[in-house]
Amino acid sequence: MKLTLKRYRMVLLMIVVYTILYFSFNPLFNPAVSGSIRSLTELLIVVPPIFILIGLLDVWVEREKMMKLMGPESKGLGLLIAFLLGSVAAGPLYAAFPVAITLLKKGSSFRNVLVLLGAWSTTKIPMLMFESTSMGLSFTITRFVINLFGIMAIALISEKLLSEKTILTISEKFSQS
Amino acid sequence: MNQALYLITFSLLGFSAIKSMNKTKLALKKAFKSFEAMLPQILTIILVIGVVIAALSPEQIASIMGSNSGWFGVLIASLIGAITLMPGFVAFPLAATLLSQGAGLPQIAAFISSLMMVGFVTLPLEMQHFGKKAALLRNGLAFIFSFVVAIIMGVVLG
Repeated sequence: MKLTLKRYRMVLLMIVVYTILYFSFNPLFNPAVSGSIRSLTELLIVVPPIFILIGLLDVWVEREKMMKLMGPESKGLGLLIAFLLGSVAAGPLYAAFPVAITLLKKGSSFRNVLVLLGAWSTTKIPMLMFESTSMGLSFTITRFVINLFGIMAIALISEKLLSEKTILTISEKFSQS
Repeated sequence: MNQALYLITFSLLGFSAIKSMNKTKLALKKAFKSFEAMLPQILTIILVIGVVIAALSPEQIASIMGSNSGWFGVLIASLIGAITLMPGFVAFPLAATLLSQGAGLPQIAAFISSLMMVGFVTLPLEMQHFGKKAALLRNGLAFIFSFVVAIIMGVVLG
């Protein structure tokens, strides 16, 4: 109980901040609450199923299988799977971190995990639909095409610049857990 | 969209339960544990960002990112995108509003790109997962990339 309180102390502090806003800066209170509620809805509705899927992946998919599909030897297939997995995903980028870690733990290559993060952050299909209704089709398509190159570039450069040792540490840190 | 996510999750969960109840329980336990592990940080971030965004009016943002704001505007737009965190269904209508209030197209492109790919407030969380180096590198590259997006979008659509 005491530990839980300690872990949530910043949340409690923010509740205090909101209370102060309510009494002293009331015009800010409503927009702050409605902004937070929209993000909270995403956290409480979209994110939990993603974690359940991660759990299922963790207990059912064998390491050998994942190695074959997304491992260092998976070449184009692994890239494609990573890109599609990221693009059909729902939810905020922070939900992609545990997905990425589970894939690494199961033997996916670091490059493919970076491609997944890239696709998850910016070429998610549901988001593209929002983008085209708000910003127009030419904006959306142009950005999508630039992003395809950007995601690949970021994945390749990161993999190049990080030493093999660093990558190995990240992968191994989780393979025991 | 959410219906599809729930349909897939529950179908797989049911399938898993038929095959092995123990493994399903284990999966759910793991899911809950990792969700709860990130909850305090995410809740804090959401509440902080709520106040920050409420304090900035769209008019203010649009004037900083105006179509005559040039490189400085692109830089500010990328910085604002990097430090804020909001779901896409909020971000795109906001971007459209900003455009209609006079923000420049390259600036908006930079804002959207860094908003989606760079996560300053989630950086500590990302470091916990991938280590300091990898997290900083990914975010740094994504930040630089938002300038590339701004330039190309400006040339192609400007």
